Amino acid sequence: MKLRAIAHSRTGDKGNISNISVIAYDAKDYPVLREQVTAARVKAHFAGVVRGEVVRYELPSLHALNFVMDQALGGGVTRSLALDAHGKSLSSALLDLDISPPPGDKE
Amino acid sequence: MRTIRIGSGAGYSGDRIEPAIELAEKGEIQYLVFECLGERTVALAQQARMKNPESGYDPLLEERMRAVLPICAARGIRIVTNMGAANPEAAARKTAEIARSLGLSALKVAAVVGDDVIDACKDGDLGIMEFEGTVRQLGNRLLSANAYLGAEPMAQALTAGADIVITGRASDPALFLAPMIHAFGWSMDDWNLLGQGTVAGHLLECAGQITGGYFADPGYKDVPDLARLGFPIGEVGEDGDLVITKVPGSGGAVTARTCKEQLLYEVHDPTRYFQPDVVADFSQVKVEEIGPDRVRVSGGRGTKRTDTLKVSVGYVDGYIGEGQISYAGPGALARGRLALEIVRERLKLTGVAASEWRFELVGVDSLHGPDVSARANEPYEVRVRVAGRTESLREAVRIGNEVETLYTNGPAAGGGAWKSARDVVAVASVLLPRELARPQIRFVGA
Repeated sequence: MKLRAIAHSRTGDKGNISNISVIAYDAKDYPVLREQVTAARVKAHFAGVVRGEVVRYELPSLHALNFVMDQALGGGVTRSLALDAHGKSLSSALLDLDISPPPGDKE
Repeated sequence: MRTIRIGSGAGYSGDRIEPAIELAEKGEIQYLVFECLGERTVALAQQARMKNPESGYDPLLEERMRAVLPICAARGIRIVTNMGAANPEAAARKTAEIARSLGLSALKVAAVVGDDVIDACKDGDLGIMEFEGTVRQLGNRLLSANAYLGAEPMAQALTAGADIVITGRASDPALFLAPMIHAFGWSMDDWNLLGQGTVAGHLLECAGQITGGYFADPGYKDVPDLARLGFPIGEVGEDGDLVITKVPGSGGAVTARTCKEQLLYEVHDPTRYFQPDVVADFSQVKVEEIGPDRVRVSGGRGTKRTDTLKVSVGYVDGYIGEGQISYAGPGALARGRLALEIVRERLKLTGVAASEWRFELVGVDSLHGPDVSARANEPYEVRVRVAGRTESLREAVRIGNEVETLYTNGPAAGGGAWKSARDVVAVASVLLPRELARPQIRFVGA
C-alpha cells in the first residue's frame, strides 16, 4: 500500500530547506511510520531533488514525523528557477512511498 | 480566567479580504491580526521606498483598512499587522488618513520602527547563513537588512493605547503574541507561557491554512466549502489555554488534523523553534477536538531566548530568463522532448551563458525531475519549459527567445509560446546581536 493510505502530510519552506510532516491518520499506524518512513528512504525517494541531508524528528504526542531536507529548493523560493519554487508539491510526492502493511493487518 | 479572542485576517500579502470582514463582524474577537509580509517583500518594498519616500508598505493596506476599520472601530477590535513592510510610518500615516476619511478620527495608530538594521549589518560584517560569504561582500548588490523583531514593542504600543499597530519585519507569531502579552501582562521571561503563546501565533499566522486551506485531498481529506473558507480565531486564556476555532457557518474545518499539519509547517527541530522572544518547544504539544470546529492545543513550552535576532537580507541576485511552449495530441511528448533538445543546442550554438539551467516538460517532470516522476502513461499535452540564471538581462532575454523561435523553427504544432526575463531579488539570513536593533514606537495622529 501507499503511505497516502495511512498518513497525511504538509510541506513548508525556509530558505533552501524544505520540511515535510508525515502524520498518521490513526495512532495505531504511528509505529509503522517510525519503522518504515526513515530519513534514508525519504532521501532516496527525493534523489535528484534533495541535494543535502535529510534529518527526521519524531513527535509521538502528535503521531507524526517531521523531515527536514537540506538543499532541497534550488536555492530557496526567492531565487529558484523551479516552477514550484516553494516545493509545496513535495508532500504529495512523499505520500506515494510504498508501505508494507504491518503483520496482522488485513490490507 | 481571562480570555481573549484573536482573529487571523490574512496569511499572506495577497490573501482574500472577505474572511477578515467576516471575522470582524461575527468572530466576537478583540484583536485582528494581518500577516502580510513574505521573506522577500521587505526587499522589494525597500526598492519602492527608494523611488518614493511615502511608499514601501503593503499594496493592499488601503483596501484592507477600508474594509475592516469601520467594523473594528464600532466593536473596539484592535488591529496588529506587519503591512508596514519597508515603511511602517508611511503606512501608519496612510491608515490615519483612511480613518479620518471614514469619520473615525478617534482611532490611534502606532508604527513600530527599528527593524531596518542595514547599517549595523554592514558594520558588523556578519556571516550569511545560507552560503559562504558576508554581508559586506554583497557590496552594492545589498538592498535591505531587516531584523525579525519580537512582540514587546507591539505589546507596548497596545498598552500605550494604540487601536492599530503597524510594524515592518517582525516574527509572524509575535504579531499574535503581542496582544497576549498586553492583555495578560505576561512576563517577558516566562519562557513556557511565551512558548505556548508562540504555538498559538504559529498556528494562526497562515490564516486559512489551519481552517482547511492547503489541506484538501479529495477522497482522503475532504474539506467543505473552500470558496468561502473561514479564517481562524484563537481563544487564548491568561494561563496559555488555547482553543482554535472559526466563525460558525463559514467554510472549511478546524480539526485535529488541520492543526497538526499547521503546527509542523515550516518547523525544523520541533524542540527548538527560534523566535525573537523565546525558543519555543513544540515537541510535547497535544491537540484535542473538543467540539465542532473547536480544537484545544496544549503543551507548548519554551526556553530562554537567544542573544541574537535573525535578519533577512535582500540582495540583487542576477536575472532569470524563461520560455515556454505547448504541444498536444499524438506524439506530444516526443515533440516536447525534441523541442527541449533543439533549445539546448541553440543556447549552446548562440553562446547564451547561464550559471544554472532547467529543461523540463510541465505535466511530465517539471515539479520533481525525471527520477521522481516515473511516467505511467503518455500525457495528452505537454508544456516545454526552459529557465536559466544569467548575469545580465540581455542574456536572460535570449533564453525565452530561443523557446519562442520554436514556433517556426521547431517541432510541428507548437502553440502558446510565452517568455519572460526578470531581475531577481533574493533573500539570505544573518544573526545580529540583539542589542543592535532598537525598536521604537511612533504614534500618528488620526
